[in-house]
Amino acid sequence: MSWLSLDNVGFSYPGQPEVLRGIGAIVNSPEVIAIAGPNGAGKSTLLDLLAGQKWPESGTCRIQGRDAHRIPREELCRLVAHVPQTLPGDVPFTVEEVVLTGRIPYGRGLYENDEDHAAMEMAIARTRLEEFRGRRFSKLSGGEKQRVLMAAAVCQQSPILLLDEPSAHLDPENEAQLWDLLRSLRDAGKLILVVTHPLALAAQNADRIWLLQEGRLVADGPPCDAMRPADLERVFRVPFHWHQNGEGRVFLTYGR
Amino acid sequence: MADDLRHRARWVLFFSVLAAVVTTVICPFVGGSGMDYGKLWRQEAPDWGIAVNLRIPRTLLALLTGAALSSAGALYQSLLRDALATPSSLGVSAAASLGAVIAIAFLPGEGSSFPLIWLSALGGAGAVIAFVAALGHLRRFSAFTLLLTGIAVNGICVSIILLLHSLAGITRSFQITHWLMGGVDAVEYSVLLLLALVLIPVFVWMLRLSRTLNVISYGEVWAAGRGVDFKKITWQGFAAGAILVGTTTAITGPIAFVGLLVPHLLRRIVGPDYRLLMPASLFGGGAFLVLCDTISRSAFAPLEIPVGVTTALLGGPFFVWLLWSR
Repeated sequence: MSWLSLDNVGFSYPGQPEVLRGIGAIVNSPEVIAIAGPNGAGKSTLLDLLAGQKWPESGTCRIQGRDAHRIPREELCRLVAHVPQTLPGDVPFTVEEVVLTGRIPYGRGLYENDEDHAAMEMAIARTRLEEFRGRRFSKLSGGEKQRVLMAAAVCQQSPILLLDEPSAHLDPENEAQLWDLLRSLRDAGKLILVVTHPLALAAQNADRIWLLQEGRLVADGPPCDAMRPADLERVFRVPFHWHQNGEGRVFLTYGR
Repeated sequence: MADDLRHRARWVLFFSVLAAVVTTVICPFVGGSGMDYGKLWRQEAPDWGIAVNLRIPRTLLALLTGAALSSAGALYQSLLRDALATPSSLGVSAAASLGAVIAIAFLPGEGSSFPLIWLSALGGAGAVIAFVAALGHLRRFSAFTLLLTGIAVNGICVSIILLLHSLAGITRSFQITHWLMGGVDAVEYSVLLLLALVLIPVFVWMLRLSRTLNVISYGEVWAAGRGVDFKKITWQGFAAGAILVGTTTAITGPIAFVGLLVPHLLRRIVGPDYRLLMPASLFGGGAFLVLCDTISRSAFAPLEIPVGVTTALLGGPFFVWLLWSR
């Protein structure tokens, strides 16, 4: 049974042309999959469909063999943790309280139990948020907020994480730590789909790339196959180049 | 942290209930034209009758109404993710008032009988919720758009109320004016029982929902991503608010600012967590309206001022201060 599969998935917003068309892919093992593509290519919409936030107009999204939209919401959220692109607004709660929202799918009692708190402690430690834990979420910077939302997703302990541009507001140090975290979560047996724009980091850190263009999946494979300069140039309309340094590491750069 | 929250919740509940109990026990016997406590102790007329048939039911009505309006305010502030939201914001209060005024103005015979006004007020509040639900179903409405829609609904309802007021005969016009001033009067115990039977299940539902209300206040996408059926909870919450406001408005008339003032004041004391705020608003709102009613019948005794005037005089300046300090 596959971890996740997309079978000819299509979607459009009312009165607008299709955002996604005929998307098909199968994931059979824990991986870090970076979803790349120009603005408006349908990356966030694809995550929304997998998270059950939107219904596909055609085709099926399956999570562990089951149609994602037929799985009860609470159960789906125990399988999939979704961190959206848009941050919650003026949330008046502390970092700890925000992280603990990841435990809502595990029970609707009035109070969190010891297991919930253990999960929160683990998530805070893994995302290195100890110094922020008592601070009010609304008072944090954009990058700090993103780390807190990431911690909430980790606290949710779902086997699949759907992350929409989790590094958009991060400085280089925190961005590198984020990718370290994603790889360690993969090693712990989780499947991670991450929408990202920094292609060089995606090429270095992801196991697999899904390249979207105008709602179509135009490349699917390891970075060396899915990110050929000619394909990237066709999609993004700027020239891309692979480089190798003296230590044998490869880098992707772009620009005229 | 779990134990800390439980500990705080116990204390918040204890002090809220204490405030409600103390005001309910003391306020019937103070203020107004004064009471002969000796006669009261000996259960002699007229003081015993005044206490049992007038003051105590009036206090219990204020307690239930304050609890309903305040908790409905807290509920709507979570659902609409706006600190200034109340049932008035969606036009629910105005629609309930319109329903009640239609009953007073047009229903034959004893137009002011409670069940008819109650059903009519509930019908008005329910119609607004159905209208907003239909709009939300046809087009995806943000909380802000819903609030703007509420302002429009308020305006329409107030205009129709004024129209009915001018068309009604002199007797009914006076009844409408008196009812619109918002007041807590003595009611029969059977009415109080019916009110309690309607309100208490809604109170229990809201208290049990308080952890979910915390997540709802993060917005739809985040709440849905944590397993919350956002739309279902939102519409259930609007309906619950309509029941609370429609039921109490039918008896007391519109009473302003309780749903805004009490949750805000308490939010500054107990914090934003609905597991603390909801029980505090419930019992604190009851205590607040009992106090306001005592002020209303004591400030210019033997004259009485409608409790809606007292809450508006207290709430109006508070609202302005809130806008400035936001």
